[in-house]
Amino acid sequence: MVRSKGSRWAREIRLLWGDPLLFTVVFFVLSSLIVFILYPLVLVVATSFKTPKGFGLAVFLEVFKSAYLLQGFWNSIMMSTLTAVGGSLIGFLFAYTLSRTDIPFKKLFHIIAIIPVVSPPFIGAMSIIMLFGNNGLITYSLLGINNYPIYGFRGLLFAQLLTFFPIAYITLRGVLESISPTLEDAAMDLGGSRWQVFRKVTLPLSIPGIASAMLVLFIETMADFGNPLILAGSQFPILSVQAYLQITGMFDLPTGSALALLLLLPSITAYILQKYWVSRKQYITITGKPTTSMIKSVHPVAKWVLFGVCLFVVLLILLVYLTILWGAFANVWGTDNTLTLKHFQYVFGVGFRAVVDTLTISGISTPLSGILGMVIAFLVVRKRFPGKQFMEFTSMLSFAVPGTVIGIGYILAFNSPPLVLTGTLAILLLNFIYRYIPVGIQSGIAILRQIDPAIEEAAIDLGADAKKTFLRVTLPLMVPAFFSGLIFAFVRAMTAISAAIFLVSSHWNLMTVQIMSQVESGRLGAASAFSVILVGLILVAIFMIRAILLYRYGKLGGKLLNI
Amino acid sequence: MGVKLVHITKVFPDPHHPGKEVVAVRNVSIDVKEGEFVTFLGPSGCGKTTTLRIISGFEYPTEGEVWISGKMVNNDPPNKRDTSMVFQSYAIFPHLSVAQNIGFGLELKGLPKERIRAETERIMAVMNLTNLANRRPDQLSGGQQQRVALARAIVNKPSVLLFDEPLSNLDAKLREQMRLEIRRIQKTFGITSIYVTHDQVEAMTVSDRIVVMNEGNIMQIGTPFEIYSRPLNRFVADFIGRVNFFEGTVTEVKGQGVRVRFNHGVDREVASCSIAFKPGDKALVVVRPESLKLVSPSSSTGNGISQNASVYSHPANGQPFLEGKIDKVVYLGSVCEYEIDGGREKPVLAVTHNPIEEGFFQPGDLVGIDFSPISAHALPLSS
Repeated sequence: MVRSKGSRWAREIRLLWGDPLLFTVVFFVLSSLIVFILYPLVLVVATSFKTPKGFGLAVFLEVFKSAYLLQGFWNSIMMSTLTAVGGSLIGFLFAYTLSRTDIPFKKLFHIIAIIPVVSPPFIGAMSIIMLFGNNGLITYSLLGINNYPIYGFRGLLFAQLLTFFPIAYITLRGVLESISPTLEDAAMDLGGSRWQVFRKVTLPLSIPGIASAMLVLFIETMADFGNPLILAGSQFPILSVQAYLQITGMFDLPTGSALALLLLLPSITAYILQKYWVSRKQYITITGKPTTSMIKSVHPVAKWVLFGVCLFVVLLILLVYLTILWGAFANVWGTDNTLTLKHFQYVFGVGFRAVVDTLTISGISTPLSGILGMVIAFLVVRKRFPGKQFMEFTSMLSFAVPGTVIGIGYILAFNSPPLVLTGTLAILLLNFIYRYIPVGIQSGIAILRQIDPAIEEAAIDLGADAKKTFLRVTLPLMVPAFFSGLIFAFVRAMTAISAAIFLVSSHWNLMTVQIMSQVESGRLGAASAFSVILVGLILVAIFMIRAILLYRYGKLGGKLLNI
Repeated sequence: MGVKLVHITKVFPDPHHPGKEVVAVRNVSIDVKEGEFVTFLGPSGCGKTTTLRIISGFEYPTEGEVWISGKMVNNDPPNKRDTSMVFQSYAIFPHLSVAQNIGFGLELKGLPKERIRAETERIMAVMNLTNLANRRPDQLSGGQQQRVALARAIVNKPSVLLFDEPLSNLDAKLREQMRLEIRRIQKTFGITSIYVTHDQVEAMTVSDRIVVMNEGNIMQIGTPFEIYSRPLNRFVADFIGRVNFFEGTVTEVKGQGVRVRFNHGVDREVASCSIAFKPGDKALVVVRPESLKLVSPSSSTGNGISQNASVYSHPANGQPFLEGKIDKVVYLGSVCEYEIDGGREKPVLAVTHNPIEEGFFQPGDLVGIDFSPISAHALPLSS
């Protein structure tokens, strides 16, 4: 009794036909994913192969002939690899220390380590310039060094490590906390020393998590645009910035697209590795309730060494953010550090449009993105229909595609009929919605996997149809995940720059883009004031959502937002 | 009216071998009468849960027909079928209170609020849930959740109640209590019930009839008595309770029974048979441990309490069915279990009751083993 795959397809299509609601939703979601994610990417690829005489490799041959452009590619790869390795190492040390020792100030360390995640990713670069640049607080004011060479490799690596290690920390903390402490207890009980327990149990169990964190950091650093734009300088070109300059500076769409494709390929490779290889190797050692983590596995000396390392990292983060805070109130950074409110007056005056625009765009796009994410998560986890794998892959793709690539793709796709959207609010909204659905999908999938399918079956059994089951049972159970996904999507939308910088216009502008242009024109005070307001708005939003969840769901709601 | 399954077959794609298929249920037919309590019993993977899900509508049969209350429901989705299920995991809606959970189905039917409250309150009173009405599910114990799940199913007055291993998450004591409770409620409301379990004691306690399944096939349908004492085949005899098998050849047919010459040369009568035997047929005789009688052989002089064991009557012909040496004794208070080395491949299992009065043997004691024709049952050897 062997049946071909074809008959399964036929059966799934028949099932889909029999369920008009499901059919409509699947059709709508699939076609929108094609238009707003796949189509722009296809255009990037197509444009990079376009030559005056049709299609060919001419553009790539030009790129490979240019030592400068090639160097950008290798620099990006090197920078991303170093950030991936270094950031995961710091992240692991941090995660291990906070989950396995009883050092003081754990909660405080955790909160400080999270700050870079909820703030614009280029703040590190800004602060480094304010500390070590020409008018740098440390180099110029303290040490009296003029023109310290902070631009280029060293400064950028420092900024990237600081910006992205928290992502590794969050991932690895989750991994370490999911390793059942009883395993370490068992290893110790069998006569293992602390070091052996770490080397033979804890570390091997964390390896897939570390690999996963590295790949994520690689993807993030490849895609990062803000830090290199500020810090890379002309001696150390970075691919994402080069692609941007080709398009906005030279109006060379084919070369820009070719660079975007070069940027995309390593990211996609890392993403596929992460999704289809590393994530399958993850161990699950905890079932049921998490047991309290054990404190005795770390030797006292090791504990205080780890504490020292974490303290150093925490102090660096504080230094970076306090510098921005000070910069926002300093008259002229570096030369006249007396306090003033003039930068804030500027932001609330001339710059206020950008604040309103940013809030409008993020405020509209994040809930829509969240709802779409929940719907996709539901379809992927609970329903059977043709094109399901395609839907899952495409919707999660935005996570791997660097913003620069998507930004260029949107310019190519929506600058000419049939869909002319450039300069409108719509293009920014659509970009943000489809760019941040993976956040919602991930939290949606996570919670759906926890909801016993029997709960939905019970509703159906009691007479509810598909729509009622979703509205009355599934959706209410997904609400907490929706909100926690919402926070991260909101943070990402508020701090987005790499794609958005291609899409802003005189009608619709963003704070992040404003900050970049202030930095480029040397107005660090205004840039800092903008950044402080931006981070402030994000924190207010987080606390509001958190308060709602706490009020509505009690302790559980608080736990959902482990920020 | 009840439930009727006609030649149900269910084929799934094999998750381990893409492209291949596994048959979960094969040609299952049964007629469940109205008000009857029928249990599907079998080891895990035998197809019992799939059968239940086919009745509820969560799976569609690959072949065959499902009839509920005289209506063919093959193409009806679960929400259109007049069945209510009690899930293994209870599947209580975690965001609703106890009362809201119970009233969920009534609300979907669009009943007026007053009616819903009245019905919900009535059922909560029957199920001892009244003072839990406003509790959240995470504040309930396992037993309470179980009662809520049952109440939520019953309040809709379905034609058929379906139970998917509902007691497997409860501790032993609660399970015993809930078995009786489920049977009581089912009798009170007279609802046709179909129950799935792998626990034979549970099946024996609650059921009017039991369907024993294995590897997708029905092995036997019968009352608890028939399933236990008159099994149709080796699988059923072995799966239900503990058992001794003795092989032999039929020498004579006597009414319902036969006379068997056992392989070790002893003749005995067996009062019931699963098929019509002919002299010369090979037979497998089933005797339950508690039906074996143990006697001290006249030659052996027991010691201490075990001397009391001689109160067992000696069979008339003076020659026991089998002789053996007590290998293991497990004293359980109300009964005493023995493994006896009778010179066979497997030890003979025996159980004696009321050991404090009847006495019991010690390891090493020699015993004679015998049984009466009524407690023996013959199967064809190849069953």
